[in-house]
Amino acid sequence: MKFTNNWLGEIDRAALQESLRGLNFKYENFENHTCLVENDDEPPHSLNEEALDICITIACLMNMHIVDEFHTMRKQVIDGSNTGGFQRTGMVATDGYLDTPYGRVVIESLGLEEDAARRVETKDGFTEFRLDRLGIPLAEITTDPSMHHPDQVREVAYMLGQILRSTNVKRGLGTIRQDLNISIAEGARVEIKGVQDLDLMAEIVNREVTRQLELIDIRNELQNRNAEVLEDIHTLDELFEETESKILKSAETIKAVVLKGFNGLIGREVQPGRRFGTEIASYAKKRGVSGIFHSDELPAYGITQDEVDKVSEFLNIGDEDAFIIVAHDEDIAVSALEEVKRRANLGLEGVVEETRKALDDGNTEYMRPLPTANRMYLETDIPLFKITADRIEPIANDLPELPDVKQARIIEEYKLSEDLATQLVKRQEADMFEDILVDVSVDATPVASLLAYDLREIKREGHDIDVLTLDHFKGIFTLLADGKIAKDSVRKLAIETIKNPDTDISEIAEKSNLVMMSEDDVAKIIADIVAQNEGMVKERQMGAMGPLMGMCMKQLKGKADGGLVNKIVREEIQKIL
Amino acid sequence: MLNDGYLVIKLSSGYNIGVAIDNTTAELIEKGEKPKIGYDEEDIPTDPSKQNISIVSTGGTVSSVIDYRTGAVHPKFTASDLVKANPELLDYANYNVKALYNILSEDMKPEYWVKAAEEIANDISDGADGVVIAHGTDTMHYTAAALSFMLKTPVPIILTGAQRSSDRPSSDANINLIDSVVGAKSDIAEVCVCMHGSLNDEYTYLHKGTKVRKMHTSRRDTFRSINAQPIAKIQNKKVKINPDYSYTKRGANELELNTSIEEKVGFIKSFPGISNDYVEYHIDKGYKGLVIEGTGLGHVPNNLIDSFKRAQEENIPVIMTSQCLYGRVNMNVYSTGRNILDSGVISGMDMTPETAYVKLCWALGQSDDYNNVKKIMQTNVAGEFSPKSSIKDFLN
Repeated sequence: MKFTNNWLGEIDRAALQESLRGLNFKYENFENHTCLVENDDEPPHSLNEEALDICITIACLMNMHIVDEFHTMRKQVIDGSNTGGFQRTGMVATDGYLDTPYGRVVIESLGLEEDAARRVETKDGFTEFRLDRLGIPLAEITTDPSMHHPDQVREVAYMLGQILRSTNVKRGLGTIRQDLNISIAEGARVEIKGVQDLDLMAEIVNREVTRQLELIDIRNELQNRNAEVLEDIHTLDELFEETESKILKSAETIKAVVLKGFNGLIGREVQPGRRFGTEIASYAKKRGVSGIFHSDELPAYGITQDEVDKVSEFLNIGDEDAFIIVAHDEDIAVSALEEVKRRANLGLEGVVEETRKALDDGNTEYMRPLPTANRMYLETDIPLFKITADRIEPIANDLPELPDVKQARIIEEYKLSEDLATQLVKRQEADMFEDILVDVSVDATPVASLLAYDLREIKREGHDIDVLTLDHFKGIFTLLADGKIAKDSVRKLAIETIKNPDTDISEIAEKSNLVMMSEDDVAKIIADIVAQNEGMVKERQMGAMGPLMGMCMKQLKGKADGGLVNKIVREEIQKIL
Repeated sequence: MLNDGYLVIKLSSGYNIGVAIDNTTAELIEKGEKPKIGYDEEDIPTDPSKQNISIVSTGGTVSSVIDYRTGAVHPKFTASDLVKANPELLDYANYNVKALYNILSEDMKPEYWVKAAEEIANDISDGADGVVIAHGTDTMHYTAAALSFMLKTPVPIILTGAQRSSDRPSSDANINLIDSVVGAKSDIAEVCVCMHGSLNDEYTYLHKGTKVRKMHTSRRDTFRSINAQPIAKIQNKKVKINPDYSYTKRGANELELNTSIEEKVGFIKSFPGISNDYVEYHIDKGYKGLVIEGTGLGHVPNNLIDSFKRAQEENIPVIMTSQCLYGRVNMNVYSTGRNILDSGVISGMDMTPETAYVKLCWALGQSDDYNNVKKIMQTNVAGEFSPKSSIKDFLN
């Protein structure tokens, strides 16, 4: 992948850093999932209008201004995750807002982008990507920097999730990804990618603020000490000829740089378990080393105090000075130490504008420099796309209900419990629920209960619930409404319907022995049972109710409503008494 | 920038958006820096220990940038920009770079072939050890064939291009260009096309200029040798010559330039139900020669044969090629074929229709005499015929 200038001849620093890494890429493509476009061997097809319409829906829900003409751009990304060396992206809408309990948050922009390829592994000098995810439409929503509290960040993320859920976007872990942009006074803007867990958001924000405060403190101390990063890269091979350190012994060469005035600060923690030295190391790692050794942590890793003393003497290290060692092949070691010097110098200025990766514990790690506007240029293979009022109006007039609004409404309208309503909305079954009840006059609770609870269990038992259509559900609940089946039989009938999706529901109910008996037949059976147990009734009086119910239900289960059985048993007992 | 009632605005984030404007006035707040396309002029260093390669730019994707106005890809870079955009070129040779013209290859005309051939001949007589021509891919195989007929060359002449414009990080331009320079330094003193050999950035092929064709609208490995094998494979900057190939060695030929051509040559593709009007029209309009893309072994419907006879009577040579592209024309197998032969049609053998077309332009430039032209068309001038059809030469 070759780094190129944009049309203004300006350079994007993020793209430049990637190009300096000199990586090779391999792509896995499965013929069933990819085509020449993902290979970058065919120009892109036209704009995905379904994706655009979803973005327009989202824009309307967030009170945004939709652009009159959509311009597809190329955003240069040369880490290999995009085969063309750029990600396609465009601005759909700007300047919206969301009202949160913490106040109004401005939604700066809504972009429509293509997802990048999935990184599989890096080995033998090649980074491997799988192309199945490349090009899937993504909506990118950017808030402005008006959030001031870590908990508010979580709240906004939740609300955005609610809006996205109400549209037709894909669900599941990773389908909604949050990037956080954080900056504090005297700090710098840092973008944190890949935040998936909403509950971790506040922690990530807190730890990033800590990191920036620590880096500012380190900068102030460095300035007090007149700290300086020395240019020279020294070779230490002779000093370590006898070393016991396995890493040093196996390396082609051992090299070092001197950081004047840095002593004690490289080992300073900036986030729990991460030191300023970790920050420097993460830059060096991008050039192919697995880590660095700095004087604040030595002796360690098999390097002895004696060896540290020798290095200090050789490098003429003073009390306030530090050194950093890298052991690897010649060119990699030099390249890594150049990065060490660059990062150490940036430390003299304070916080660096970076793109960082969220780690599972709430810490973050350096990925690449923050990209600049220079990495954007026009995608010339896709014509400009006018978004007319004719397109927006029908969408704006038929916006989906937000999940919490829908939940409140169905509780009110159908007298559902809060839990049932929540589950219906969460499982995206609320529309099906309402569609069934439009045509079938039946108690809402068993309908909701089948959709919200039972279906999930049925699926767990290994049945393919996707087979069930609206007509199936209507058939099942019509039988319930007509008193043909018992409430208890709904679940069983649903399972039988999955097994015989093309058979008439009444037929399935009959074959599965789920059709209820007439009240007369039920009464007859109960009368017989009670009569056979007359002795017990006389002896225990109403206390016979329990055992008799058990006997009757055993025989009538699924064929008679439990309430009805109870009523008749009671009447029969009273007749005897 | 105003475009079709829409104002294009570049946001500080880098995004462009279009804003519909209607009776709006705009106020100038401040002016930004004017965008500059291309690179500053700089001297290219020379190293006496390196070979001298001449790079001639004619336009096309390999030397194009984005037109910010229309958003389309336009050929704006000059050949010297190419060297600056690909500085590693300097590791391989000294360069004499010039932009001959700047057109997309669909706008190519026979007169430009002449200009290119003259320029290349000048460069070679001025001491170039090899020549690289940056060319649009659409008609590169026509130009390659034309240069093959017009030039006898003591040094390699390599045409190259790109399927992905050089402003893209994934462009094939860089590797194609560098491998072309490697090819131009080699021992193969022929006109060749150097392009990607696979979808990977792994190796390129040198194809013979008269036996190559663009075979895919968009793939990087679109150029294929037709009825032939590539002359050589270039991998890791090393030229590996196909051992089955007898090529013309560096210095074996003296430089010779023969650019006489006839531009008035027609090109007709046969199809079911084709009317003889197609042939009659060309004769009536004074075309000097015709190339037919026949079906199969070299056939056209019987109703065209009388028109072919008329062409022969009027001393207009008609060359038969096949729209199969692969394989050899043979008009002896079916009676239609024999009737076509009897009407004076000349077999194009295993030439691609495009090579046959270029060759006829050139042959008619050499002579007005029907029999002479026929003789030239049946003589292997620049390796355009393979004596033998190898089983290896299909769909590779």
